[in-house]
Amino acid sequence: MNFDLTDDQEALRDGIRALCQGRFTSDRVRAGFDRAVWDELAGTGVFSLLADGFSWADASLAFEELGRAVVPGPLVWGVLAHGLVDGVPTGLARPAAGTPAMVEHLAAADVVVVLDGDAVRQVPAAAVSGALLDWPLDPLTPITRVDALPEGDVLAGADATRWRRGGAVLTAAFQVGMAHACVEQATEYSLGRKQFDRPIGSFQAIKHLLADAIVRAEVARTAVHAAAVTLDDPEVGDVDRAIAGAKLLAGEAALKNAKTSVQVHGGMGFTWEVDAHLYLKRAWLTNTTFGTPDACADALADSLS
Amino acid sequence: MDLRYSESDEAFRAELRQWLSATLPQLPSEPPRDDWPARVVFDTDWQKRLFEAGYAGMSWPKEYGGRDAPPSEQLIFLEECSTAKAPYVGVNFVGTLHAGPTLIAEGTDAQKAKHIPKILRGEQVWCQCFSEPDAGSDLAGLTTRAVRDGDDYVVTGRKIWCSFGQVGEYGELLARTDADVPKHKGISWFILPMDLPGIEVRPIETILGSSEFCEVFLDEVRVPAEQLVGKENDGWRVTNVTLSFERGTAFVSEMVDAMRLAEALAPLVRDPADRRELGHVIAEFDALWALTKRNVSRAAAKGDTGLGGMIMKLAYSEARDRLSDLSMRALGRGALDVHELYVEERLRTLSLTIAAGTSQIQRNILGERVLGLPRERQWPTGAEGATR
Repeated sequence: MNFDLTDDQEALRDGIRALCQGRFTSDRVRAGFDRAVWDELAGTGVFSLLADGFSWADASLAFEELGRAVVPGPLVWGVLAHGLVDGVPTGLARPAAGTPAMVEHLAAADVVVVLDGDAVRQVPAAAVSGALLDWPLDPLTPITRVDALPEGDVLAGADATRWRRGGAVLTAAFQVGMAHACVEQATEYSLGRKQFDRPIGSFQAIKHLLADAIVRAEVARTAVHAAAVTLDDPEVGDVDRAIAGAKLLAGEAALKNAKTSVQVHGGMGFTWEVDAHLYLKRAWLTNTTFGTPDACADALADSLS
Repeated sequence: MDLRYSESDEAFRAELRQWLSATLPQLPSEPPRDDWPARVVFDTDWQKRLFEAGYAGMSWPKEYGGRDAPPSEQLIFLEECSTAKAPYVGVNFVGTLHAGPTLIAEGTDAQKAKHIPKILRGEQVWCQCFSEPDAGSDLAGLTTRAVRDGDDYVVTGRKIWCSFGQVGEYGELLARTDADVPKHKGISWFILPMDLPGIEVRPIETILGSSEFCEVFLDEVRVPAEQLVGKENDGWRVTNVTLSFERGTAFVSEMVDAMRLAEALAPLVRDPADRRELGHVIAEFDALWALTKRNVSRAAAKGDTGLGGMIMKLAYSEARDRLSDLSMRALGRGALDVHELYVEERLRTLSLTIAAGTSQIQRNILGERVLGLPRERQWPTGAEGATR
């Protein structure tokens, strides 16, 4: 039994982190997702990790770093659909009948893949029409409201169960990275911001908010690592239970830590200028994909009785 | 990352299971909670059986009779004992988990020879005399005095929350030996023979009505100087040495119990909001079980549990609090009977967010040592401070 990262895993994590720090600065991230971002990420091999023989655990480490930098784009779909579709994929789970589909990054995508019960289907992006929201919740994730999502064709070689599980793990890993970034950014602000002649981070009221945030992020990280390892090696545990728990805790950590960051930043946290809102809005967005926290909690309870 | 246990780990588990299944049916029935003479007999009998089977002192060095087991075996030992509902460490807690490791690290040869073998065999029960009525979270502010007089220290003061005070043959004692230096630098660590003249022990009735904690009154107790452990005024460091023995396994037994309680509660939880809360609790405990494995594997590789060890206490005690609150809701008016296990557990677990560093102190430690936040400004002392 060994929970520590291997040297290779540490190198992978450090490499992606360095890439994000160098290229995905706040300014670049705020410019949103485009083909250049896609090509740059594809060039690092982050979408082909599994095809190249890396594990889900490895891929989750990479996604943790992408989340830390809140990199925009249909990144999880890029991994899931790698080698199965041409061009840039985006994707979603087919909504219930009568509910519009909210498609992310439609304009930048070539293909829309749809998780549809036991099947994965694909639709050419050009065949999907809808209304682009002029005020999407996450300013870095354009959303098109589609009232009639075409049926599409079955995507050969795609296993819906594997996609659901892998998508949940990578999304949760991304959320863990966001949760950690929020702690770091809020901590840094609380050290520099002075009121009553002292850094606000010295006040226990602030300190305890941040302590709870680091605990949430670290517990969630552990859950995500365990879920990824279990997905790689199902004999070590219950895959669906591990993934539901990881997605639940990571989603909560991302959301609560982003709110903590807004709160600790005070008035500045309410501005567009400070990045805290980008993390908060992405947390809300990612909590609607691959299992909401509520759905994960219900599934866990149901698994017991 | 690899969550599989090694073959030798699994072999250890199999051998231990066999021993537990052969041994547990032979045990006498457990005595009533507050029958302390009977508890001592029962708990020390269990410790003796562990010793004879080679399972006493799992983490202790071999030269002191321990097993010096790798952290993964320590984890398996606690997991299997708890799963099999083997007796708790009980009155052996202070001796085997705290005083023993402290003496191994800091005791003289004579102190080790007198205490270590007996603690390991269940022949010597210890209690802890650290906290004081005015020194709880601020333990280093303790005021019990130990004044050197010839070959003795004369100790006067009042201790509280002394676990197993009414049955301890020896106590771990922290007392102030120098009042004129910063508070952490004037404390000494003593072995306190509990039968010395001038010691009075009074049980405290807890929120459960139980009596495992005591107050200890020390009135000019003459403690021989040979009972000093480590150097005079070095007691704060000596106390903290014990913590470095922790290999990530501190909450294993508690956690196995908590998981069992959470799973057994499931059929009783009907309300949809409560079921959702149960899902949250399960996710938390699953993650904390993974965190335990992470801490144990890190301890094996690097000798300490790092950040994972620092968050464990806060995360576990808060998760357990959630489970306890949920169980009270799920039981409805069934919760009016404390004989119901979940109700007794709700009361007992109120101590988890208080004992051994409150959740608030844990958050201060995380904020200051992990995140690097400054300490809150000290309240001014002296006349001006007292009147503000």
